[in-house]
This record gives sequence, C-alpha cells and structure tokens, in this order.
Amino acid sequence: MNDLANFSNASAIKLKPGIFGHPAIDCDVHIAVPSTEALMPYLDAYWYDAFRSRGINRTSFTMTGDAPNAPMAARPDWRPKDARPGSDLALLQKGALDGFGSSIAIANCIFGGVALHSEDIAAALCKAVNDWVTEQWLNKEPRLRASILVPLNSVELAIEEIERRASDKRFVQVLMLAMGHDLLGKRQHWPIYEAAQRHKLPINIHAGSLYHHPPMAGWGSFAYEDYVAQAFSFENQVLSLVSEGVFQKFPDLKFVLSESGVTWLPACLWRFNKTWRGVRPEIPWVKRIPGDIVRENIRLTLQPFDAPDHSGAVERFVDQMKSDRMLLFSTDFPHWHFEGTDALPVAASSALTKRMLLDNPLETYPRLRETLDISEVAA
Amino acid sequence: MTTSASLARTRHVVAHANEIKPGERKLVEIAGRPIALFNLNGEFFAIGDKCPHEAGSLCKGKLGSFADSDEPGKYRLTHLGEVIKCPWHGWEFDIRTGQSYCDPQQVRVRSYETGVAHGGDLLKGPYKAETFKVTVEEDYVVINL
Amino acid sequence: MSDVITRNQPLPVTIRGKQRLSVVDCDIHPQFASKDELLQFLPERWQDYMKTYGGLYRQALADTLSHPRMAPDVARNDAWPPKGPPGSDLAFMREQHLDANNIDHGMLMPLNRGPANQRNLDFGAALAHAVNDWQLHYWVNPEPRLHGSIVIAHDDAKAAVAEIELRAKDKSFSQIMMPPHSIEPLGRRKYWPVYEAAQACNLPISLHVSGVNGFASTGSGSPSYYIEEHHTNVRGMQGLITSMVLEGVFEQFPRLRIVLVEGGLAWAPALKWRLDKHWMRFRSEVPHLKRPPSEYVREHFWFTTQPLDEPDRDQDLAEVLELIGCERVMFSTDYPHWDFDDPRFVLGKLALSDEKKEMIFSGNAKKLYGLS
Repeated sequence: MNDLANFSNASAIKLKPGIFGHPAIDCDVHIAVPSTEALMPYLDAYWYDAFRSRGINRTSFTMTGDAPNAPMAARPDWRPKDARPGSDLALLQKGALDGFGSSIAIANCIFGGVALHSEDIAAALCKAVNDWVTEQWLNKEPRLRASILVPLNSVELAIEEIERRASDKRFVQVLMLAMGHDLLGKRQHWPIYEAAQRHKLPINIHAGSLYHHPPMAGWGSFAYEDYVAQAFSFENQVLSLVSEGVFQKFPDLKFVLSESGVTWLPACLWRFNKTWRGVRPEIPWVKRIPGDIVRENIRLTLQPFDAPDHSGAVERFVDQMKSDRMLLFSTDFPHWHFEGTDALPVAASSALTKRMLLDNPLETYPRLRETLDISEVAA
Repeated sequence: MTTSASLARTRHVVAHANEIKPGERKLVEIAGRPIALFNLNGEFFAIGDKCPHEAGSLCKGKLGSFADSDEPGKYRLTHLGEVIKCPWHGWEFDIRTGQSYCDPQQVRVRSYETGVAHGGDLLKGPYKAETFKVTVEEDYVVINL
Repeated sequence: MSDVITRNQPLPVTIRGKQRLSVVDCDIHPQFASKDELLQFLPERWQDYMKTYGGLYRQALADTLSHPRMAPDVARNDAWPPKGPPGSDLAFMREQHLDANNIDHGMLMPLNRGPANQRNLDFGAALAHAVNDWQLHYWVNPEPRLHGSIVIAHDDAKAAVAEIELRAKDKSFSQIMMPPHSIEPLGRRKYWPVYEAAQACNLPISLHVSGVNGFASTGSGSPSYYIEEHHTNVRGMQGLITSMVLEGVFEQFPRLRIVLVEGGLAWAPALKWRLDKHWMRFRSEVPHLKRPPSEYVREHFWFTTQPLDEPDRDQDLAEVLELIGCERVMFSTDYPHWDFDDPRFVLGKLALSDEKKEMIFSGNAKKLYGLS
C-alpha cells in the first residue's frame, strides 16, 4: 500500500515548460482497468472468493456509454494494440505527458463497478480500483495524480473511501458522474462534500451515465446522442448545485466539470440568472445572482472543446463569463477530439494559455502544490 | 391644493387619505408619469409604476414579504407586507425605498459575504424603482415630484 | 485581478408607449373558463370517463405538476379577467393583449388537459379532438386574429394522423402541436407517421414546452425546485433537436418544419457546434446523415423568442440570433403567463437592423404560416 512515505519532498515534481511554452497541468486523462482480473489482488478475502466463485472476475464492466472500440474512445495513435484504451502506461507517458510536455496529469479511472446496485460490491470495487491506481500508476509515474473513485450509491461508503485516500496527496479530487441516480446538489450528497472540502478535494463531475434515467426525453438510438446529451446533464447539475445551496454550505468547495464541453455555459447562465430574478423566493438562501456563484465555484476542463477551433470561442467564453479562471487545460487522453498536439483552441501566445495550463489548475486543486516544487513557478 | 405656481410643479395632491385604506394601493398619474401609491399601515409610499425590467405595472403586483434564509432549507419572512412583486416576472421591490432584491449588486467577484444577512443588511440589487416623497396634509395624500 | 473583467450596467428602463410595430405572437395560451367547459365537445363515453376517472398520468399527481409554480395558474398577476382564470376571456385578451400590443396574428398554444399525457390513448385522442373543436368555437371563429394549432396525442400515431387529416383543410389551423417531453425522443420512428402527415399537408409542427413522459426531467433524476425544472425545458428542446436530426427525420421528410416554443434559443449555437464536433467521430453510427447536423438545424427549426434570453449585453443576444439565423427566429409573448415578454421590451433588446427586427416580429412567421 502506498502512503506518504512514498512521497517525500525530495521527489516533489518540478514544473517545466511544456510544448505551449508554459508548464502544463493536464486536468483530465483517462486510465482504464485492463480487465477485472487485474483488480483481484486488491480485493479482500470475501470479495476475492465471491468474484472467483460467481465469475464476476470475468465481467468486463464495460459501460454502455463507453464502448472501447468506438472511434472517440481512442485516437489511433493513442490506442493500444489489443487492449483497452487508457490501459497502457507507456502510451500515456508518451502521448499525454511527453507529447505535451505536461508536468502533471490528473488521471480519471471510471470503472463500471460503480454502476452495480449493491453498494457493498460497488464500494469494494472502488477501493480496489483506487489501490490499483496507486500501485500501478501513481507509484510508477511521478507526474500522475488521480481522482478518488467512490461508490455513487452510498454516501457513507463514499466518505469511507475519501477518508482512506485523503492522506495520499496524489489523490487530488473526488470523482462522480454527470448522470447518476440523483442530481448532485441534493442534500443527501452533502456529507460527501463536507469531507471533500475538509480535505481540500474538489468534486469532479465527469461525463458518464448510470442510465438510471434516459439522457433525454425517452431512450434514444445512438451513442452519439448520449454523448451530446452529457452537456444537457451538466447544465442541469449546475442548476442543481447552485439552487440547492451547496455553495452557501460549502463556499470553499470547487466542482470541476470534465468532458462536459464548455460553450453551453454562458447561455445557460443568462437564462438561470433571468429565471432567478423572478423566482428567487423559492430558494432564498441563494443571495447572489447565480452566474457569480458559478464563476467562483465551478471549473471546466477544456476538451472536448465544443466550438470550431481558433474561432475566438475561448475568448468569447472568458468575456461572457467575466472570468479567465474557469477553464482548465485537458487533453482527455486517449479520447479522440483533436489531432496531433492541437489541444488548445486558442493561440499559445494568448494570455489565457498560461492561466488554463497552469494557474487555473493550481488554484483549483490546492493539493497539487503539496507534491510540487513550485519555487520556479513564481519566477 | 396649493395655488402657488412654483409649488404646484412639485407638490401634487393625488388622493384623499381615506380613499386608500391600509394595505391598499392606487395608481395615480402626475405629469404623465404613472405612480403607484401604497398605504402601509397608515404610512404612504409612492414608487414609479413601471418595473425597470419590462415595464410591468407594479401597482398590479402582489404586495408581500421578503423571503430570507439563513441556510439552505431554512425559510423566514422579513419586510412583512413591504415588498411589491412585479405582476409579470416577480421582480421584488421594497416599497419604502424602491430598491430591488432580485439582483444583488456585486462590485468584486471575490469579495462576497458569507455571513448571514438580516433585514436592512440584505444585499440589494442594482435595479431601483423610482420613489417619491409622500406626505399627508389635512387628510390629502401629497406627492412631491 | 483577472477575475473581474467588466462590470455591467443595469438594464436601461424599457421603452414605453403604444406598440406600433406589426406583431405575430407565436405563443398565446387560451384557457377554459370553467373546468367543465370541454365536456360539450366530448362524446358521452369520454364525458363519463372524465367525470369518473379524471385521467391517468405518468406521474403521481393527477391535477397538478410536481413542481408548484411561483404564481397562481402560472399567470401574470394582472392577467386575471373579471371572471374566470387568465386566458379564458376573449374580450379581456383582446383589450389587454391583442389590441394593446398590436398583435396582427396570434398562434394559439392550448396546453389544456394535455391529451398527449393521457395513458389511455383513446381518451387522449378524444381530448385532442375536443380541444380542437373548443379552439374553433371559443377563439378562432370569433376572433380572426387568432390561429388554431391542431392538438394531437402523438403516442397513438394513427389517431394523431387522422386528427391532422381531419383539420388540415380548415384554414383556422396553422400548425400541428405536440409536446417535446415525449415517451420516446421525437426522432424515433414511432412518430414518423405524424411527420409524414405534417409534410403532406404542409403544416409546421409546433413543439411547446410540456409533456409528462414519466421520466425524470434530467438525466440525473428529478430536480427539487421549480427554478431547476423550468430550466429542463432547455434540455427538452436540445434533446429533441438532437434526436430528430440524428435519426434522419429530415432526410426522410425534407420539407418538414419544426417550431420550438418557450424553450429559449441562446443555447442553440453551442448545441450545433457540439453536434458537428462529435459527428466527426460518430459518423459511422449515423450513416444516413448526409450533411453536418447543424445544417439540418439551420434549415428545419424555427425558434421563438420568449422567454427572451437576457445576457448582460444586448450584443451577445444579437450574436446568438445571427448564429441561429434571424430568418429562423419568431417573436412570442407567452400571454397570459408570468414570464410574458412585452414586444416593446423585446424590440429594445434586439441589437439588429430594422429589417431583421421586422422579420422576427412578423415577417418570418407570416412566411412560415402563410399569413398576410
């Protein structure tokens, strides 16, 4: 098992400029459990036996919304031969880290075990995944950080998992899905947020669905539809977080929307602000206009950037949101959203570039600094 | 009504005080400007009738209270009977001051208050309905314009 | 600090005075004067059913929605006629809205009784038929400025097509109306007979926010508050565009025209970008699409203005309208509902040329509906 002993100050990462001229922190890369068999060493005796005797170890836990052979699942040059996209450390090192000269990459391992209805199996699998991530990825690649995968159907067990990982500063956020059973603003989730805020862990809401509810009005026909519909749910999650008063209760907590797309947010807030002006008394704890709350507490990762590249859409977003602090650089490795190193939909020389690559990630993830030698950043 | 021409421009008798009972309101017009006149427990207040949003007639709105909260899930009312809601989109205005409560002004994004706001400390919006000074002279309601 | 880039000024006070621009209002809600007003248009069998069972819905509550609204009858507080609920008195509507706002044409959007929400399909069809008769009797016949919408219960496509064919020849009706929150996404083939009939009789289909399909209104469950539920109307519109385009509805029915009512529009450019962006990767899943999705949207969808999206700067709204295409935007008020938009206000918010303003206020709708 890992602990902080693995991570003395001596091994702290030094930030070095990447290919865009500034040190870069990639806030969303994907790693994948190659097969459930890989998790077996991390299960306790009961679950080890159960997985073997029930054949659960032979289940792939592939998620409906994440078909590994779909073109989007991996760029051709980022797709391992005969293995799950994201399961190959060497490819991630070459493609995501070296390829962009990123000093740090935050890895999300979205494992289908979170979709099981038994909260006990879901929790056992989350624990196993987080142990596996620690040993097979974090301990092998010092530039990697990770998200804490938590069971989505048990607040108690999610908190247990957060507490188990909190001492390892390489876990920098808590991972939840955009389409779970209940909207994330609802009070039942708040104990998770209390623990997260206490440990300086932002909540990452990542694209993904448990399919407890159809992604749009009724069940559609295509994975393409479901993927587009992720943005609709992010929009509803923003409404939920603000309206329920999550940020009144947890003012220091940040939510990071990942693989959410970006360009939908300003128009979402124009409408949210307008509606709030009229129906404010329904949620009287919201005392500031919603757009201001979102600007302070919500961040978004950049890819897939949903506007034509170099169309001025990033600048327009910053202008309309009145903030250049909301966007976090990401490649979404190994997903296929762009070619080569064209991950920045804005000129590398832009003043925004450094904010997205470095400043915003550092401000969003306070735990990053604890494993970084940032003496050179200030210079 | 006064006979002085200079005063006539500024002081307008708009109603008999008995005409507007406590809790009632009256739409009056002075020099082409529609003005909503309210009797709040015997005190009179006047505000411009047009909502600064879409120009809904505030006089036709519901007079109510301000819903406040100390934390999510906790509700309480303040400014009892002193808040007019635009009949169209529900924008809220304090009839004493014309101040809106529907879009609290923020000067700097980072410096928001986390403390609990009570009564007069409520964050106020940038929108304001016009207010007019109202007096009662010998049982007549007078608006100073 | 880099966080605060500009500080907005409060909105200017609205332009006042009589509204002189010719207006086509694409969203007016007529209401029953009494709850039994519809009975006279129902066959006895369904009158009995309605009195005995009321209706059977895909939600727990039979006579209200699960998110209480912020105003009685969702109405403007000043829209209550001397008798009856808002929207139930034609004389009052004429005076307060049609005359005062210079409405040359008003498109009726009867949400009454939600025929498509009925789980008993035969009752739904009977209700749709009755609501259409009621529109003629109480609204369109006495007031030529008002235009009916053919209400259908689309889950029984056969009955819906029969109702369309029955009404299509009657010029009192200008379009077909169905709810966006359907049991299946609106692109699914189950609904294609309706589209076929609409195309055949050359009537646009108007999709006004509504519909109780039994599913949570978000992909992550039901929201707690009305303010959130109100916003799911956006998701409803985004979803149906996505579904109709991706299923190839417009390849199959190239002359089909869809009007989106009360879902706003500022979200549309971002949706089009997103659809196009991911088309590059998902093309093999939808080989029936011959063109980028955004082109189908641009060609086949009309957007109505209310509730007007209100960015801090009018220029941002103008940019959105240009991205959608000003020839695809039509003015609407939502009279007599609480979030009514006054034409003077909307006019003041449109940072567009006079020609484009005229298109939005009347020209586009006149062209789409063949009005003069």
